Amino acid sequence: MCDSDRVTPHDPVTAARRQAISVSVATGLYGVSFGALSVAAGLDVAQTMALSLLMFSGGSQFAFIGVAGGGGAAGAAIASAALLGARNGLYGAQLAPLLALPRRWRLAGAHLTIDESTAVATAQPDRRAARVGFWWTGAGIYVLWGLFTLVGALAGDRLGDPRAYGLDAAAAAAFLALVWPRLAGRTAQLVALAAVVVALATTPVLPAGVPVLLAALVAVVVGLVSTGPRPPGPAPDGVA
Amino acid sequence: MSGLWVAVLLAGAACLAIKLAGHLLPEHWLAQPRVARVAALVTVALLAALVAVQTATSGGRLTLDARLPALVVAAVALALRAPFVVVVLLAAATAAGLRLLGLP
Repeated sequence: MCDSDRVTPHDPVTAARRQAISVSVATGLYGVSFGALSVAAGLDVAQTMALSLLMFSGGSQFAFIGVAGGGGAAGAAIASAALLGARNGLYGAQLAPLLALPRRWRLAGAHLTIDESTAVATAQPDRRAARVGFWWTGAGIYVLWGLFTLVGALAGDRLGDPRAYGLDAAAAAAFLALVWPRLAGRTAQLVALAAVVVALATTPVLPAGVPVLLAALVAVVVGLVSTGPRPPGPAPDGVA
Repeated sequence: MSGLWVAVLLAGAACLAIKLAGHLLPEHWLAQPRVARVAALVTVALLAALVAVQTATSGGRLTLDARLPALVVAAVALALRAPFVVVVLLAAATAAGLRLLGLP
């Protein structure tokens, strides 16, 4: 019935789809680094794929392999991943009224709730465009992130000593790139600094993985005590 | 099933449960500014702590090696707005190059 309608670049749905595709490609590509780093951290290819397909949240996935690969206890790895995933819960609360998903789509919608899908959905002018932006970004990244994780994991499996390729430094750089867009405010910068000090100071005396969790505790205290404007939503160039 | 597999599956389930809770809980529970502020700061603290641990520790000890200069290169690349993949590759190349030159 819309045969006569010409699709112009000004159509919000077309614009949302276009934005979703470009974000998906950019984000999906760095699944390669996750795949390679996960295998270097000691997970096998199947476990690496399970993280990308079941956990599907870049920050949590990198945290899990960082703690588990550093000799941390399973409990610390799970807690780090879950704490980094906490913001996805807040995104869900933001998206639920915006997308107004039918009940049978809620599980899939929840699974695809990450930084990028939330950022694209909330940037659209109306609900139709928000839905298109959300599903195309979420599903696009899901498929490409999984595919490129597999590529990275298979490549990483053949590399040998990860240190010779600087993969340990790449892991540190990945975390820096993930935190970078979130360091806009003074409070965030101070919390980051405190977290670094706490993590380094307690590393020699606490079991692996625990210093990272202790640093999160600093943030909880500061967040409860400090006052200030509501922090912005997901960073546009944030984490899957 | 190995312990690592159990941890992978439990962590995955925990992350999905958190996402689902956001979609199903009444919005006002999570809409308090304090909740949003704590969640944002916890994300920053965890990532910053992971940067520190991945850069300057190994086996429960503080260490200085090729990872620190590699991280500086990554920071410069980020300041110049390089994309994620470029940042990660530059850091890896820096560390690998310095190790070829004999740095630990």
